[in-house]
Amino acid sequence: MRGAFAACGLAWAGLQSYIIHGFDIDWLTGITDGLISTMLLAAACWLINNNLRYYQPGKGSYINILIWCVALAAACTAGSRYILLPFLNSIPGYTTVMGQSLVIRFFTNFLAIGWMAMISMIWYTQQDQKENEKRKTEAERLAREAELYNLRQQLQPHFLFNSLNSINALIGFKPEQARKMIHQLSDFLRGTLRKDDQQQVTLNEELQHLNLYLDIEKVRFGHRLKTEISCDDSCGSCVMPAMLLQPLVENAIKFGLYDTTEEVVVSIRAELDGNYLELIVQNPFDPKTSRPRQGTGFGLSAVQRRLYLLFARNDLMETHANDNIFTTIIKIPQL
Amino acid sequence: MTRALLIDDEPLARMVVQEYLLDFPQVEVLQECGDGFEGLKAIQQHKPDLVFLDVQMPKINGFEMLELVDDAPAIIFTTAFDEYAIKAFEAHAVDYLLKPFSKERFAKAIEKYLGQASATNTAPKQTENLLETASHSPQQHERIVVKTGTKVKIIPVADVQYLQADDDYVSVFTHEGSFLKNKTMSFFEQTLDPRHFVRVHRSYILSVQEITRIDPYEKDSHLAILKSGAKIPVSKTGYAKLKQVLGI
Repeated sequence: MRGAFAACGLAWAGLQSYIIHGFDIDWLTGITDGLISTMLLAAACWLINNNLRYYQPGKGSYINILIWCVALAAACTAGSRYILLPFLNSIPGYTTVMGQSLVIRFFTNFLAIGWMAMISMIWYTQQDQKENEKRKTEAERLAREAELYNLRQQLQPHFLFNSLNSINALIGFKPEQARKMIHQLSDFLRGTLRKDDQQQVTLNEELQHLNLYLDIEKVRFGHRLKTEISCDDSCGSCVMPAMLLQPLVENAIKFGLYDTTEEVVVSIRAELDGNYLELIVQNPFDPKTSRPRQGTGFGLSAVQRRLYLLFARNDLMETHANDNIFTTIIKIPQL
Repeated sequence: MTRALLIDDEPLARMVVQEYLLDFPQVEVLQECGDGFEGLKAIQQHKPDLVFLDVQMPKINGFEMLELVDDAPAIIFTTAFDEYAIKAFEAHAVDYLLKPFSKERFAKAIEKYLGQASATNTAPKQTENLLETASHSPQQHERIVVKTGTKVKIIPVADVQYLQADDDYVSVFTHEGSFLKNKTMSFFEQTLDPRHFVRVHRSYILSVQEITRIDPYEKDSHLAILKSGAKIPVSKTGYAKLKQVLGI
């Protein structure tokens, strides 16, 4: 890449030297002019390329690039005029050649810089696209894994069998409630199966699915489990990736219920903070006995990974442990 | 008359057992417990013949609770987990019921227990065997549960500085002092993470994170100085193991 750039520069300098020589100027002066001008042009090209690497103009701001190109071309032309003339004004005929060629120099410079800008733009856009593509395929792969994980880990030993055991108990003395629990369990399972991980749902939909889960857990754990959900109307219609909240709450319930013997309140709060939907899940824990390294279990790291794959950001999830409350916060960018 | 306890953190799960037990008037449930602490207290108070025990429970799990019981009664596990090497257990425990279980399956477990109890009183022996098997499961322990007087203390493994053999017991040393645990050194050697804990001597296992210095000491042996200031003897083979873990 660099080699090609240098070769182009050399060819350009040679061509310019040859043209200057064509105006009856001696070779040495021609080559000096060619080299200096080309160096300035190369610097301008490097500058615009570097700029475009970090800044991709939106649709409406192509005019900015045009202005940049014009300004850089003018600077190049002026540069060669004011650097070269003071040294070479003793060469017969050079002053005239420089004066007459200023306009044509400006336009060739402009064309070269513009061409460079275009190439850079196309190159970097393509790179970004490739990167996005890669991320997307990985997100899809992980989504499939998450779905399988959901079915294997979450529903099998802990949740599904214990729920069935509760139903078994209810059949004996509260058959109506047993029937209700079967329906809740079926609805929850169906929701888990149907949901595509890539799919965006509203917070209200996610909470509906979550409530099915919470109702079942409450039957299992009786009075020990209490939940508080606060979500106002403006948050309810925000969109988020499906099945992102449920693993957080599941983690909070497990953490809370198995780390204390008292009543456990798991609170789920949704807030709108600028362009972000903030979901805050809190559960009590015992700082004396909880295992610190397990602070972020598999459930949480999977959520963090998914957030990264969906939004290419690592700062969307945070956890705090204060006194005896464990807090998990995730932020979901709203587009 | 069989005196039984029911330990499970889910009320409905206890109810199933109670309902199934209606067919067995010879089994009397003395108390229902919702967690391991309560269960431990009830076992010591009532000295039951039989305990129905869940595995996953708040604070301490069923196995950890059993470790703290001196004379373990006969145990029938009731759990949704089949991860705990069921095959090995089923050979030793009175029985291992996987939730949800049927009335017929439950009846079999009770009959099995009653049959054993009438033959000879071998049940406690079997529970010990069961615990032995559990100890050899490859799962590494993240905490050690000990009894101090009437209280139960949960020590996260990260807090352990070193362990010292003490007759039939092992002393677990932490910054809060030492705690006795009725286990063998080889039990801890097998269940603690070998990257962090090294058996440096016949009577000592130490946490490598606690070491500040290792000095030569007498012929062929060394002395490890811990952050707490404790000096731990390191045997020749112990030193070789330590060097391997520390990568020196």
